[in-house]
Amino acid sequence: MLKVEETQPVEFSSALLEKFDEIVKRYPEGKQKSALLPILHLVQAEYGWTSVPAMDKVAEYLAIEPIEVYEVASFYTMYFLQPKGKYVLEVCRTGPCCLVGAEKIMNHIETRLGVKEGEVTADGLFSWRGVECLAACGFGPVLQIGPEYTFYENLTEESVNKLIDDLRKK
Amino acid sequence: MARKLLLEHINVPGINTLEVYRQKGGYRAVEKALKTLTPDDVVEEVKKSGLRGRGGAGFPTGMKWSFLAKPEGVARYLVCNADESEPGTFKDRFLMTHIPHALIEGMIVASYALGANTSYIYVRGEMMPQIRILERAIEEARAAGFLGKNILGTGYNLELYVQPGGGAYICGEETALLESLEGKRGNPRIKPPFPAIAGLYGCPTVVNNVESIAAVVPIINDGGDEYAKIGIGRSTGTKLISASGNLVKPGVYEIELGLPVEEFIYSDEYCGGIANGKKLKATVAGGSSVPILPANLTLKYANGEPRLMSYESLSEGGFATGTMLGSGGFIAFDEDQCIVRNTWNFSRFYHHESCGQCSPCREGTGWMEKILHKIEYGHGTMEDIDLLWDVQRKIEGNTICPLGDAAAWPVASAIRHFRDEFEWHVKEPMKSQSTNYGLANYANPIEKQVEVKQDNL
Ligand SMILES: Cc1cc2nc3c(=O)[nH]c(=O)nc-3n(C[C@H](O)[C@H](O)[C@H](O)COP(=O)(O)O)c2cc1C
Ligand code: SF4
Ligand code: FES
Repeated sequence: MLKVEETQPVEFSSALLEKFDEIVKRYPEGKQKSALLPILHLVQAEYGWTSVPAMDKVAEYLAIEPIEVYEVASFYTMYFLQPKGKYVLEVCRTGPCCLVGAEKIMNHIETRLGVKEGEVTADGLFSWRGVECLAACGFGPVLQIGPEYTFYENLTEESVNKLIDDLRKK
Repeated sequence: MARKLLLEHINVPGINTLEVYRQKGGYRAVEKALKTLTPDDVVEEVKKSGLRGRGGAGFPTGMKWSFLAKPEGVARYLVCNADESEPGTFKDRFLMTHIPHALIEGMIVASYALGANTSYIYVRGEMMPQIRILERAIEEARAAGFLGKNILGTGYNLELYVQPGGGAYICGEETALLESLEGKRGNPRIKPPFPAIAGLYGCPTVVNNVESIAAVVPIINDGGDEYAKIGIGRSTGTKLISASGNLVKPGVYEIELGLPVEEFIYSDEYCGGIANGKKLKATVAGGSSVPILPANLTLKYANGEPRLMSYESLSEGGFATGTMLGSGGFIAFDEDQCIVRNTWNFSRFYHHESCGQCSPCREGTGWMEKILHKIEYGHGTMEDIDLLWDVQRKIEGNTICPLGDAAAWPVASAIRHFRDEFEWHVKEPMKSQSTNYGLANYANPIEKQVEVKQDNL
């Protein structure tokens, strides 16, 4: 994965721009701003987070003001405004999952990775954080990992260990 | 066995593909509607079915459709609400994962009824796997001639797109969803104008839940009258219930509305009882936003009659002794669960998810979270419980969108029904850190009418 520093200008690849063009076609003439959320997801999948230079470039592409991109990226929880680990373990921390042990799983992840919520492990591989209900409450505790947002359900300490080990080996 | 209209074929291998879906009778509703019915006929069938919105509010779908403005030369839109973020609700994700074509088919029929030529399915961004599933299903439907130009040679055109959200519960509120779809922050709009008059891009728009749209398929196949025969009273048809918490078999169940709550919780056909041989302490019957009820009032009304899974029966007794069906997110709490902790958890959720436009919601949810945290961690006073009551009262009804109410109700109902547990946290701060209050007197159905005033504090 590419690492983009705050000051480093961003150039989107032609493959990425092609995907942007495809998305813009979904909306009526002049409503290309509707493409903002899907495009930010693509940017984050490519770079691992949404940096200011990348957001500026998105604004330029959509012919909107940079502030219109920043205000959106800062409103929604899925866009990372800081670099994160390669794998961000997002554990559901909402009521129904807590009834079946989500808090224990979060404590376990914190111990296992040795970093606090939001921090990155020294090897740059992992971060973790609690997120709100992931619409999988009957299969809790659950976590998801971007950019594919694969779900891992009915978590136990053992299955979390295995997941982390498997990701390390990848 | 109860009738299944949405999940009948859920266990058929390959039902997520167009081929198998068609073998099981899929896309008949599209053929029937587009070839033999006018758009108004379709609206009429949906009206006759008595279908009520499955997103939470329970507003009659046919009526909502008939309110759609139809000015000449202006585009109309159907937007499917697949934001599903209400804690305790996971039926839409389940349906889209396993039977994506049920939603696509419903979208085609509903778009035809509304005269929409472009429709969007707004899916919460976290559901990237479901977005990929839906996009694949749309491609299949297009290749089979059910989408695109001149569908089945009828002259009707429809383009269907999937739009990802960015992670925000508030985007489930329909006007926030439309803002988000326009590429903005998810701030709910002030109504009126309602989306039926000025929705997406200022054009007339209908927003419907995934399950509401999928239900249109059996309604068109069998007729609205047939659908209305299922269920009870004004709660017609079947409903997907997301069951979570301390149950033997949590999961998504399709029930006929009117099923006794007791049967839903304890019978083997559904949840199979409370996990680990524990006792039921409380339930939240319709997603985190509806009032929490102690076990006795979950199973029976205050007068001892059995409570049923229906819009009317769950709200029997008002907020004094009842709750709401809401989105059908059924959360069961066993005797080991702490009501104060759960209430704090939910308050933190609403504070986190408040869009911040209105002061009562933005500030009030923050105060509720703070006070509940204080009580939960053993630093609360008796005055804090009253303060909490006061704060929730000042939010309810004073905000732009119903998120404010949704934040207030769980707190109000927890204090109303479990005040002794809050007081115990205050009186026994040390003990409450290592043990919990337990079942107290909630699990046994009450024998005689108990007088509970709406505002008993
Ligand atoms: C805070 C909030 C969150 C909501 N979340 C959802 C949701 O995730 N899915 C949904 O279908 N409706 C949700 N709704 C209800 C929608 O505003 C709207 O009533 C619904 O999509 C209409 O569809 P229906 O008539 O088919 O139920 C929410 C409402 C509020 C106030
Ligand atoms: S009630 Fe809350 S979420 Fe709704 S508009 Fe007001 S601040 Fe935003
Ligand atoms: S509460 Fe965890 S997925 Fe819903």
